Amino acid sequence: MIDYEAALSPRVKGIAPSGIRKFFDLLENMDSGDAISLGVGEPDFVTPWHIRDAGVYALEKGFTKYTSNAGLKELRGEISKYLHRRFALDYDPMKQMIVTVGGSEGIDIAVRAVVSQGDEVIVPVPSFVCYGPIVELAGGVPVYVETKAEDEFRLTAEALRQAITPRTKLLVLPFPNNPTGAIMERHDLEAIAQVLRGTNIIVLSDEIYAELTYGSHHVSIANIPDMVERTLVVNGFSKSYAMTGWRMGYVCGPQPLIKQMVKIHQYAIMCAPTTSQYAAIEAMRAGDGDILSMRKDYDYRRRFLLDKLRGAGLSCFEPRGAFYAFPDIRSTGMTSAEFCEQFLIRQHVAAIPGTAFGAGGEGFVRMCYASSLQNLSEAMDRLERFLKEL
Amino acid sequence: MDNELLNLLEKDARLTPAQLASMLGREEKDVADEIAEYEKNHIILGYPALIDWTKTDDELVTALIEVRIAPQRGDGFDRIAERIYQYEEVESLYLMSGAYDLAVTITGRSLRAVAEFVHARLAVIDGVTGTATHFILKKYKEKNHLFAKLPEQEERVLFV
Repeated sequence: MIDYEAALSPRVKGIAPSGIRKFFDLLENMDSGDAISLGVGEPDFVTPWHIRDAGVYALEKGFTKYTSNAGLKELRGEISKYLHRRFALDYDPMKQMIVTVGGSEGIDIAVRAVVSQGDEVIVPVPSFVCYGPIVELAGGVPVYVETKAEDEFRLTAEALRQAITPRTKLLVLPFPNNPTGAIMERHDLEAIAQVLRGTNIIVLSDEIYAELTYGSHHVSIANIPDMVERTLVVNGFSKSYAMTGWRMGYVCGPQPLIKQMVKIHQYAIMCAPTTSQYAAIEAMRAGDGDILSMRKDYDYRRRFLLDKLRGAGLSCFEPRGAFYAFPDIRSTGMTSAEFCEQFLIRQHVAAIPGTAFGAGGEGFVRMCYASSLQNLSEAMDRLERFLKEL
Repeated sequence: MDNELLNLLEKDARLTPAQLASMLGREEKDVADEIAEYEKNHIILGYPALIDWTKTDDELVTALIEVRIAPQRGDGFDRIAERIYQYEEVESLYLMSGAYDLAVTITGRSLRAVAEFVHARLAVIDGVTGTATHFILKKYKEKNHLFAKLPEQEERVLFV
């Protein structure tokens, strides 16, 4: 008999299972055709046809072999042009860029390249769930910094300063933010930059939602003076082009870092999927209009949802990025988990408890508005009934 | 930005003034007034539903008829067009550039009913010099909507 407990790495076993496992079980066992899910954080659009068609065409042409480890040169060239065009970022496509399997792989190899045993990584929370576990797998120690509703869930210079120790190696900057919808504007980033100048801390800027900001244009911390030398920008195609299943992302940064990350990438992954890379070239070349029209749709839904949440009596800070609202449910007297469980059981609407996104999430729930307006409308009618019956 | 409201209604006419107001960050009354104005000015012509009749027990036949006409002094094509579109059977009527002049779509209960309409009503109108009738065999897409329902991916358990 094999002792699996002894066989498994303690590091892996030590990673806490996702906090919403129980919630999924509930969802799976629910036999309800009228359930509405505001739970999954992905575009409800299908990838635009011209992009899909480029993938199909690549298959027809027989482009089925590996690409260079760092990705197709043509694609890297397009990404470089895109980043310049959209965000005034300048990266050498041959030396400062890797095409990755989704933004997720970019995050993983960035952390693994920088973090060694006992190193500290500052992770603002609430935020996407992957950072802490990836840091732990690399032997590092995540140091969570809570962002606050009263600061519009932005990371403040003060909070950052307090979290820095001599062991701090990396700062994760997950903005526009999942799940709060918070963004960091230029002046916020300048304050953060002021704290970082003179340190040896690397910034991992997860900008996967960069295209989805409302009312202001996304600014990367790499745009702030002196920051480009310490910043790894992670971005990808999933959210902006509705390409989640293609698993296409990229990471850009200083050559000495990228060079080491390529090693991890080449041994662990080899290269990103070839079909997806060809589709991604098309997205970069002819997809700006798709982003524009999807963003416009998200914006309608964002305003609608916010209006309804507030109308139903929940306080909610205005999300300025991504496609999530993060209403404050403390007035109900329930915990986030209770709220989501009851909302699902009684009204068949799935939302995610804020606690799933780390400390500071208690008292909030995440609702994804990448869903049709008729869905959102029905979900909000049910929310109103739900709150009334409490 | 000017035609935002029209664009939204063209996509989904069921959106209420209250919903539209929320989406656009405007006052409900303001939106309702604007819609009323569009209706009054005949900018919004109607709010029909798109129906796939093949899934019902109504066996309807739709034809696209090319019509060639001799334009008339003073009235151009309009007078003849008017004589055609007054028929209830006529679903749409466009003046075309190119090989023929008017494109007429009509829907009837049977092939025969449509043929009958073309011969007995359309072809005999003064100024109509020729017709060509094309029956529609299958509709794939209309007004941005697909007739076939796209398959859904399998259910997923994931957390993003």
